[in-house]
Amino acid sequence: MNLDLPLIWAGVIAVGVLMYVLLDGFDLGVGILFPFAATPQERDTMMDTVAPVWDGNETWLVLGGGGLFAAFPAAYGALMPALYIPILLMLLALILRGVAFEFRLRGRRRGKRFWTAAFAGGSITATIAQGFVLGGFIQGVRLEEGQFAGGPFDWLTPYTVLVALGLLAGYALLGATWLIWKTEDELHGRARRWAWISMALTAGLLFAVSAATLTVHPRIAARWGFEGGAVELSALLPLLPIPAVGLAGLAAIVAGLRRKSHGFPFLGAFAVFLSGYLGLAVGFFPNIVPYDMTFRDAASADNALGLMLVGVAILLPFILGYTAWVYWLFRGKVSADAGYH
Amino acid sequence: MELDALMLSRLQFAFTVAFHIIFPSFTIGLASFLAVLEGLWLWTKNEAFKTLYLFWVKIFAISFGMGVVSGVVMSYQLGTNWSVFSTVASPVIGPLLAFEVLTAFFLEASFLGVMLFGWRKVGPGLHFTATAMVAFGTLLSAFWIISANSWMQHPTGFETLADGSLRAADWWQVIFSPTFPERLAHMVLAAYLTTSLVVGAASAWRLLKRPDEPESRIALRMAIGMFAIVAPLQLVVGDLSGKEVLRVQPAKLAAIESFWETRAEQPFHIAAWPDREAERNRWEISIPKIGSWITAGDSAAEVQGLKAFAPEDRPPVAVVFWAFRVMVGLGLLMIALGLWGVWLIWRKRGPENVRPFLWSCVAMGPAGFVAVVAGWIVAEVGRQPYVVYGVLRTADAVSPVSAGPVSASLLAFMVIYAIVFSVGALYILRLVAEGPRPPEPEDTAPPLKPRPPGYALGAAPDEPRGEPEEGRP
Repeated sequence: MNLDLPLIWAGVIAVGVLMYVLLDGFDLGVGILFPFAATPQERDTMMDTVAPVWDGNETWLVLGGGGLFAAFPAAYGALMPALYIPILLMLLALILRGVAFEFRLRGRRRGKRFWTAAFAGGSITATIAQGFVLGGFIQGVRLEEGQFAGGPFDWLTPYTVLVALGLLAGYALLGATWLIWKTEDELHGRARRWAWISMALTAGLLFAVSAATLTVHPRIAARWGFEGGAVELSALLPLLPIPAVGLAGLAAIVAGLRRKSHGFPFLGAFAVFLSGYLGLAVGFFPNIVPYDMTFRDAASADNALGLMLVGVAILLPFILGYTAWVYWLFRGKVSADAGYH
Repeated sequence: MELDALMLSRLQFAFTVAFHIIFPSFTIGLASFLAVLEGLWLWTKNEAFKTLYLFWVKIFAISFGMGVVSGVVMSYQLGTNWSVFSTVASPVIGPLLAFEVLTAFFLEASFLGVMLFGWRKVGPGLHFTATAMVAFGTLLSAFWIISANSWMQHPTGFETLADGSLRAADWWQVIFSPTFPERLAHMVLAAYLTTSLVVGAASAWRLLKRPDEPESRIALRMAIGMFAIVAPLQLVVGDLSGKEVLRVQPAKLAAIESFWETRAEQPFHIAAWPDREAERNRWEISIPKIGSWITAGDSAAEVQGLKAFAPEDRPPVAVVFWAFRVMVGLGLLMIALGLWGVWLIWRKRGPENVRPFLWSCVAMGPAGFVAVVAGWIVAEVGRQPYVVYGVLRTADAVSPVSAGPVSASLLAFMVIYAIVFSVGALYILRLVAEGPRPPEPEDTAPPLKPRPPGYALGAAPDEPRGEPEEGRP
């Protein structure tokens, strides 16, 4: 049996990053929405909805970083220095928001206020930093002999600012729809309003990012069939399901919000993210460091990929199994009296 | 010392990893302690064990959170600051770190949620399983990270390819490199010892105020048992580990003992002021012959000194020499504390009533952390100038980043870690001062609503929810 190990590993990392974006996306989104809560009690409830699962969600980020290190070391070694500042900013922000879960419960008056701000500020900063990482990745990294050869602020351009704002709106949408699902009464109503607003912002910014990507990056435009003012239908048509999934997701959110559905908006938000994720992936695949290093160039030794694939094949079903079990265990609405008794 | 990107990256890695190791070395032991407490509660039905569990699990939650977030940093820093190391060495140690994520991190993170919030969602048996899974996860994590570190200290089972990158030739030799068993045992015992010192200190602090508090009496005696067994065992394992250093990293051993000349009958330096420029100790307090006996097991043995190695291959000496003495000195104090405690238990008067002993326990509370950090300084500074011993020099492993961003990130880490560490320590000390309290009566009653993921630990009537908190007792 001859497995295409680099391709399989590219798929594993892609799924890991998608899992991270969807799962930590909604709990970062809860943090982004923190400043808009009406009362401290609402903030307590918002935090309680994600407290049992955030740590598991963030582990997918470690899998993304650790997986890239292990499976595509050359890509990891090229990307991380290129994105040094946003990566470090993200890590520092994640520290502040991560400890806030416990610290906020322990703080007295001033302490609690500080950690409330740290949770919101950390979530917002981490999201913006991830947006810069994503935008900096899409716009490409300058390499010389496989090593980063650009400047420390290459990642900061109008395009990446737009991507960062889009991600901020998107995570807020995931957070709002999660809260619709997990809360009741006034907070539930407020979450619906947040969902309407963040959905409109997400849709607008996603459109803007798509348009900017196609105008700023001719090779991505070519991949989608837009070349020299003409449209190549044979390239465009097979890709149309991707934006269609996004539109279907937006429609599901609108319909769900109108019909007061509790679960549909969240699923719709997942579809919007899936569409955006695939849409961007089409643009740079098979590059793993756009646009000079393919995933094959960057792949680790075959025996390392093989050993890890055995591990993934055995362990990932267990991981997905107990992760699903934990979500099932903490299913249902979280009410205001759910905290310490 | 020139503050270029290399030196700044080294400082940043040293600072962030030293900060990080504090938490795993506490939570590895604490997770096992919690599993034992919950098991004893289920087995004996003694409510004191449950009270202790509910008390320590709050401290565990705070420390574990700090360990998680400072650990995420490590998984990215290898790339941001050490990209050449990552590219060269990942085909060999990458899978080890990947297995750490797959076997340990997900297990810990998922079952931690159940452990902290699932008290009323699952039965006691399943809850105990969750605690045991978290404890098992912490040990698996130690297994893989020490495996990776041991390979970097003494790489075996690999080959170097034409482009300079490495490739595993034999996975068994990579994962179970020769020094791995001693290192793993040394680290796990260190974690258990660190935790028992904290448990001992917290219990002793309570007993100084309330000598009859039953939970604290139990916990103190459990801690004394751990000192008495683990501390002497650690001396033996540490000595085995030292013998391995002599075998595979003689330059590190020479720095640990500040030996400059290669000779038989090396003296043991109790204290010394090593001078790398002059290649000698400016002054020293020594015992003749004992140095050879301690390091090689034979006072007549010839042991290499630092001059046997080219100056560019020698590790810093003074840091390694003194860190080693701090670690061993604290270890000897731990053994003494254990003997004293056992003697007090045997004398029937009870350690609870001997205030000098209780104060000594309090004073030794942080000793485990200091010893762990000192031990890692010996291991990591002592293997310089290499990051993969004998294969890749630290100076050649650094990323192509400039000094500006690295100094900014180092400064930011120092500020944020200072805040997080001092606040975390404050909150833990506050919990310790409150001490273990039996759950409120209403807490044992079935909850009105079974759905909400109550912050199951329940026993915290002193934490009214809502932002503006008014007067606490």
